[in-house]
Amino acid sequence: MTPNIALSVEDLSFSYSAKKALDQVSFTIRAGECTLLLGPNGAGKSTLFALITRLYDTRNGHIQLCGYDIKQQTRKALGMLGIVFQQTTLDMDLTVQQNLHYHAALYGMSRKQANINIQQELERLAMYDRRFEKVRQLNGGHKRRVEIARALLHKPSLLLLDEPTVGLDVPSRLAIVEYVHHLAQHGNMAVLWASHLIDEVYPDDHLIVLHKGQVKANGTVSDVLGATGTAAIKDAFYQLTQGGEA
Amino acid sequence: MHFWRALCGIVGRELWRFVTQRERFISALVRPLVWLFVFAAGFRAALGLAISPPYETYILYEVYITPGLCGMIQLFNGMQSSLSMVYDREMGSMRMLMVCPLPRWFLLLSKLLAGTGVSVLQVYVFLVIARLYDIQMPWQGYLWVLPTLILSGLMLGALGLLLSSFIKQLENFAGVMNFVIFPMFFMSTALYPLWKLKESSALLNKLAQYNPFSQAVELIRFALYGQFNLHAFIYTLLAFIVFMAFAIMGYNPSKGMMTRKGAV
Repeated sequence: MTPNIALSVEDLSFSYSAKKALDQVSFTIRAGECTLLLGPNGAGKSTLFALITRLYDTRNGHIQLCGYDIKQQTRKALGMLGIVFQQTTLDMDLTVQQNLHYHAALYGMSRKQANINIQQELERLAMYDRRFEKVRQLNGGHKRRVEIARALLHKPSLLLLDEPTVGLDVPSRLAIVEYVHHLAQHGNMAVLWASHLIDEVYPDDHLIVLHKGQVKANGTVSDVLGATGTAAIKDAFYQLTQGGEA
Repeated sequence: MHFWRALCGIVGRELWRFVTQRERFISALVRPLVWLFVFAAGFRAALGLAISPPYETYILYEVYITPGLCGMIQLFNGMQSSLSMVYDREMGSMRMLMVCPLPRWFLLLSKLLAGTGVSVLQVYVFLVIARLYDIQMPWQGYLWVLPTLILSGLMLGALGLLLSSFIKQLENFAGVMNFVIFPMFFMSTALYPLWKLKESSALLNKLAQYNPFSQAVELIRFALYGQFNLHAFIYTLLAFIVFMAFAIMGYNPSKGMMTRKGAV
């Protein structure tokens, strides 16, 4: 395995009873690469995330995170992962700092190290001054920032984001999109971003289009545009998903 | 060290939530206190209790019912934890716990220990109030009861965990109340001794005898009087191991129901 491959998915299939959610999915993501996983609702994005995070068992196919097999070396593999789920997973009744300390404890960080990392990540997202506020008092955009700070607290090699901008206003959305792209480019981190919002794609991004559980396109933005003979991502997406809901 | 820090984090969070959620604390106490002050007072005249171990003299019904109410606090707490697990799963915060780099069994055990810690605190506050109401145990009983409360709390919490691995939606939780908590509580030695049950129904007597909640209550009852009930201890310990093993299996992505349910 090439050392800079952060995520490798190979021949991955998954079914809910008779319904096939993922069908022979394969792709790789490298460090420093921001990969947008585009797909209409029901494409299999959430199932794929549940398998990468080992919430579901991988029965057919293989997933490796930084060279660690998710099934055989689960703890090492999960230690490489930072995750922001679609739903807010913060404890509303705890302060920002308490939420982050809880996460740091789960990842085995000492109090001192946790304090350093919390300050670092919150300052980057301009949230350090609000660390003593209860999460319930924050707006949607700020809650998302805290969740991103939390996902980065243990310095993961791969950041997974499952539609993190859903329900946010335009400025909050743009700020998060920009910050995550910055992380991939300057932090040498691999990012896998599930989305159905085409305007979140940057020209340098790696693109995976998932439809009905199958990978319909996999490559850089220009690769995908070239392969579909289209001029815009929107058109390429429409063509690949045959008019599926975006 | 990683395990220890994680355990401290999980237990600390649960205790903090418990301390800050005053309503939860009060409601957990009101229930057994109503039983003690209202139900037991009313039934005092109706129920005559013969002398049976660990009691060495005739006792008031309030005295008999007190260990049962300690068990009741832990039973409801176990189910409350189970409810919060289902809620966390629906709300998504359970995912954060399940994706951290620690074995599932350890995460579940930590959750269980946290819930047990809360229930032990509740029982001690209840025992203090009961003492003020003149239901007094020997002083050493308050010390002896601690390890038994931990074991019974773990056993009932493990049952809650097991149930939470089966329950898909929060709405289904009402069924747990009707089919688990009430039968478990009423078909036990919490409210009436076994021989009293035998007088009315042999079947009820048998059910109560094999009910793990009865054994937990008896373990607490004997410990409160400085005695060790070996049979109840073994039964409660075995029940804990069985419930916990199935709960771990239920939350294991390879063996459990998680993939079938399609939600964590």
